[in-house]
Amino acid sequence: MSDAVLAIEELRVALPSWADRSYAVDGLSLTVQREQILCVVGESGSGKSVMAKAVLGLLPEPHVRVTGGRALYDGRDLLRLAPADMRAVRGGRIAMIFQEPMVALNPLMTVGRQTDEVIEVHTQLRPAARRRRVLEVFGDVRLPEPERILNSYPHELSGGQRQRVMIAMALALEPALIIADEPTTALDVTTQAQILRLLKELQGRHGTAILFITHDFGVVAEIADRVAVMRHGKLVEQGGVAEVLRRPQHDYTQALVAAVPSLVPRQAARNGSSAGHERPLLAVSGLRKTYLGRAGLAWARRRVPAVAGVSLEIRKGHALALVGESGSGKSTLARLIVGLERADRGAILLEGIDVAGLSRARLRPYRKTLQMIFQDPFASLNPRWRVGDIIAQGPIVNGTPRKTAQGEAAELLRLVGLDPKAANRYPHEFSGGQRQRIGIARALAVKPKLIIADEPVSALDVSVQQQVLELLDRLRTAFDLALLFITHDLRVAAHVCEEIAVMKDGVIVERGATAAIFAAPQHDYTKALLAAVPGRDWHR
Amino acid sequence: MQSFWRRFFGNPRVVLSLLWLGFIVAIAAAAPLLAPTSPFAIVAKPFAPPFGEFLLGTDSLGRSLLAGLIHGARTSLLIAIVATLTAVAFGTLVGAIAGFYGGLVDDLMMRFSEFFQTIPSFIFAIVLVAILAPSATSLVVAIATVSWPPIARVVRAEVLTIKAREFVQAAIVAGQRDMPILLGQVLPNALSPLIVTGSLLVANAILIESALSFLGLGAPDLMSWGFQIGAGRPFLRDAWWLVTVPGVAILLTVLSINLVGEGLNDALNPRLRDL
Repeated sequence: MSDAVLAIEELRVALPSWADRSYAVDGLSLTVQREQILCVVGESGSGKSVMAKAVLGLLPEPHVRVTGGRALYDGRDLLRLAPADMRAVRGGRIAMIFQEPMVALNPLMTVGRQTDEVIEVHTQLRPAARRRRVLEVFGDVRLPEPERILNSYPHELSGGQRQRVMIAMALALEPALIIADEPTTALDVTTQAQILRLLKELQGRHGTAILFITHDFGVVAEIADRVAVMRHGKLVEQGGVAEVLRRPQHDYTQALVAAVPSLVPRQAARNGSSAGHERPLLAVSGLRKTYLGRAGLAWARRRVPAVAGVSLEIRKGHALALVGESGSGKSTLARLIVGLERADRGAILLEGIDVAGLSRARLRPYRKTLQMIFQDPFASLNPRWRVGDIIAQGPIVNGTPRKTAQGEAAELLRLVGLDPKAANRYPHEFSGGQRQRIGIARALAVKPKLIIADEPVSALDVSVQQQVLELLDRLRTAFDLALLFITHDLRVAAHVCEEIAVMKDGVIVERGATAAIFAAPQHDYTKALLAAVPGRDWHR
Repeated sequence: MQSFWRRFFGNPRVVLSLLWLGFIVAIAAAAPLLAPTSPFAIVAKPFAPPFGEFLLGTDSLGRSLLAGLIHGARTSLLIAIVATLTAVAFGTLVGAIAGFYGGLVDDLMMRFSEFFQTIPSFIFAIVLVAILAPSATSLVVAIATVSWPPIARVVRAEVLTIKAREFVQAAIVAGQRDMPILLGQVLPNALSPLIVTGSLLVANAILIESALSFLGLGAPDLMSWGFQIGAGRPFLRDAWWLVTVPGVAILLTVLSINLVGEGLNDALNPRLRDL
């Protein structure tokens, strides 16, 4: 084991007394080898980020603190290093890349200066030499026009460019080890693919070891040499990437791997009801919405076309996935259809009636047909209402007597796999997945014909995600619901919907049966999107 | 909720302040029993020193200082609380409507509140009392008029953030009407900052009331701490207790209310404390 860059032995990190378990990391041992990418995978709360922070001495002490174990780097125990020595190692020999580059970069300093600072702190180089080095690493991470980027502020760069700057900062001193904590989670798929490729390439060229923390098995398949799976602060399994992904040994790993939605598209064949001439349940045509910037005079404000002429239709009982990256206008489209925003132009025909121009009050009678499931399971339930009241709210508003509505709410809770007694409890007593089930029950309560789901599983862990998707699928068949499913994740889209529409810059660039589009994408953007799915070559 | 009470009462400053406030409230409530004669009645010779026939002595006209203090507690608390409730009700209404509807309504209401905020509040209160003629009602009106804009701002800011939360959008999608959404979904979630600001406002109202009474603009038929200080001021060198005792009463009461407000804030936002 002479070529181990970092050896963590029996690491133990204690949590404060009010936490739900006593150790965030509990007797973890790991080694990162030279020139190797070790992926640490785990669901939220598995202790993977705490482990990384403990190694770098970044824990929020005294609440969370190391109580045992060693982290050997270059023969020295990082956990017992004096602060001054730790500073020399951190950033110099061991660099870190964070999840959210916008937060990790100082908004008041140019990115060039921030990178320069790293070199200034750790070396004796003169300003001219430092500048050369900064330009060199900026070129290394493929930032376009390094000279210009040097003098840019973080807000002037795109998300992908900001993450490249973070990587450049990490690489500036040729560290022996880079610790990357979910570095691509906040990025769009296509950007993520570029960053992953870049990391892999740079790692090969510089011979750096990388400790890569992620929750995404697709990313693991894409980048890892070795994998370590964590759960509740303990190491569950580790091994070479091929072994762990193809032949996971531990039950938990098997469950996790099985929960990743496969890229095999869902078949369109649904028994019977695909009558071609039936009137569509929802028909949107020529829908437009432009936002005006707040700054400036009325006629000179920045115009942001969020939805620029979208037409689509959904038939009874069918499911359409709307796929696109952030800023593509997919969420705005959903909000227009459910009437949370008013369109500038275009028609929204709900069972043949145009609801596009209606005011909130005039729209009320049509609300029953159309319901929405929201993205954030924590923000979408009123913390001061009991779960039963939250679910019964829709029917009560629509004139169902309170008693009946409450009874139905209990029934719905059973339907979504929760105990009917949950009706008397408050949302904060439930986990993210359970809350999303409550959100689904609420949407079903008024017996809608169409449900619009805006990224309903993107805030959930894979295993929970799988359960929620299964539930949604089961309910869809049971109630013959139509579904407009908005997602950025092609795996999820392939899993849930027979039809798919790809959205970019406010327009739908390609639409058709999921199987057909996956087999032969026509539009360049669809091709890029499909190519960017992490771990697309990995089939279980 | 249990941890809220534990944090609230675990704070020694809060407990001491609540004890003092409880004492003052009890005295104010029992004023007619504790001091049955009118606080304006002349009961002895002027400038009797404390710890004589009367516990706190008498003032320049021979009125009992203690009786005045007891009845003054009643006046100060009553006017402050009624004024604060009025200000909170009006401020909440303006802030909630401005925040919820946004756009032009918001602009108009906020410019309206700024109109009140740009006038120095104490001078504005003096002008109002002078115009309305001094009485308990005009004190309440004056104090409420100068105190509501901060409440409106706090409520508006809260409503703006809560309105964007998904559960409010879910209520809209469910077809709930605007008023039930505002009252049932939005405002209950804006309660904690409102309670904190409101409690601090009571302290401010006591100060304004005392200052107005000190200037002789208080309710003429009601004894108050500010009036006692005003009446004792010319004799500060000869009878220092006439000014000091009601002054200390104001100080302790206002301080207690501020500490309770701060304690509420800490207990409602425990994370602010930890950081």
